[in-house]
Amino acid sequence: MGKRSVVPFGPQHPVLPEPVHLDLVIEDEKIVEAVPSIGFVHRGLESLIAKKDYNEMVYVAERTCGICSFMHGMAYVESIESIMNVEVPDRAKFLRTIWAEMSRIHSHLLWLGLLADAFGYESLFYQCWRIRENVLDLIELSTGGRVIFSVNKVGGVIKDMDSDMLAHFLRELDKIEEEIREIQKTFLLDYSVETRLKGVGYLSKQQAHDLGCVGPFGRASGLPSDTRTRGYEAYPQIDFEPIVSEIGDSYARCECRILELYQSIDIIRQAIAKIPDGELSVQVKGNPDGEVFTRVEQPRGEAIYYVKGEGKANLNRLRIRTPTFANLPGLCETLKGADYADVPILILTIDPCISCTER
Amino acid sequence: MSNIFNFTPTVLKNLFHKPVTKNYPAEPAQYPERSRGHIEIDIDECISCGMCVRSCPTGCLAVDRNEGTWTINRFDCIACGYCTLKCPKKCLHLTPGYQTPGPQKKEAVYQKSPEVLEAERKKAAEAAAKAAAAKAAAAAKAAAAKAAAEQAQPAAESAAAAKE
Ligand code: SF4
Ligand code: SF4
Repeated sequence: MGKRSVVPFGPQHPVLPEPVHLDLVIEDEKIVEAVPSIGFVHRGLESLIAKKDYNEMVYVAERTCGICSFMHGMAYVESIESIMNVEVPDRAKFLRTIWAEMSRIHSHLLWLGLLADAFGYESLFYQCWRIRENVLDLIELSTGGRVIFSVNKVGGVIKDMDSDMLAHFLRELDKIEEEIREIQKTFLLDYSVETRLKGVGYLSKQQAHDLGCVGPFGRASGLPSDTRTRGYEAYPQIDFEPIVSEIGDSYARCECRILELYQSIDIIRQAIAKIPDGELSVQVKGNPDGEVFTRVEQPRGEAIYYVKGEGKANLNRLRIRTPTFANLPGLCETLKGADYADVPILILTIDPCISCTER
Repeated sequence: MSNIFNFTPTVLKNLFHKPVTKNYPAEPAQYPERSRGHIEIDIDECISCGMCVRSCPTGCLAVDRNEGTWTINRFDCIACGYCTLKCPKKCLHLTPGYQTPGPQKKEAVYQKSPEVLEAERKKAAEAAAKAAAAKAAAAAKAAAAKAAAEQAQPAAESAAAAKE
């Protein structure tokens, strides 16, 4: 048995996009244990609700995360709408679905780029982000912002997409799909990528279940959990199946996310085909009185919003559980027994978003 | 062995493709029409109601009714557009073009044109005069009523005394 030593990893580290700190107990280059600590970028978002009225809070909730911003805003307005029993017009639901899937595509492409960067494939990283740029252009065209959409409001959406814009979306998505197919080969078949991903960071279905893993990280281990099947927004009218893999290693997580890119494109196509005409929003009067739990599927997994109002313009309580928070125990489990050199890849495979974990 | 050349077509394409990035700033950036760049105000339309100030999530706005100014700290504005939804005169707009960086967080002050301000002041003065006149009339009416009541009271009292 070798000598044990502790290597502090992060919060500032060249491979870490965000500040998480891990104390890695290592024995001859093998990780024995990983102890995470967070709290480096706490922003006190949940106490802000005491000062902002619930309509203003949409724009604050949206800024919880810089990647899945739209879905945070959407989860928040959905919570308020369900407390106040507001029936959102169908068109708004479809538009929200389209935008939500657009953010999933841009988030997964971002992740694929970061993964390529982590295993040292710089040119692949460029290609992923080049494709992502086209997605961001579409988002900017329709909402006015590249990552912060600001199109949600309690009772519906603010901006519409006309048929020309939707047709433009379809044309662009065809191109994007083709480009993803091209780089997919490198991710899934390339010899050097395989050696860095296959068999690295195995997590069994039982472990994933016991540790409460969510999103593509859990699905890659065989957990068929996808909150979209809960049927919020326009998802009940759309035909899709959660993408699940039984393998449970880093390669499976990469594959799951690549397949989800196609799934998202398909969902957008279905939504554009079925989108009804009509109003964008309904008038909302009064203040929320009551409490609710809302679950939405973000690119990183299931996010939970707990909102409580007491009939005043300011909410009483807002609590956000982000997917990264749920996946941290799973991450520590996959790190056990891994090579020290694989740590960056393993941290990346949960698609960590530490800043939104700390809200 | 075949699976080491997957990236080759992309590489070849890349070699002969022109750059996908723009040569900014030599080539200016193009923003779509909806781009939420910065807030513009038609200051002469503004009625200094302060709705935008109260609704702004970051508190970066200020309105001075007497001076006829509308002030924005562009470095604090997050271009959310909530003020544009709240403004009753619809004189705020989100327009393309991002805030340029600067060495200090300077505020931008917009001043109403003298004619508009003068007209507004006149209107306000007229309204105030009208209100004052109405108030004075109401006060005079109340005083008269009071006096009448007072007059009636001694009379009633003296009548009561006579009865006794
Ligand atoms: S855009 Fe948003 S942050 Fe900027 S001034 Fe308007 S309300 Fe305030
Ligand atoms: S809400 Fe509109 S009219 Fe009122 S002060 Fe602001 S800019 Fe002026």
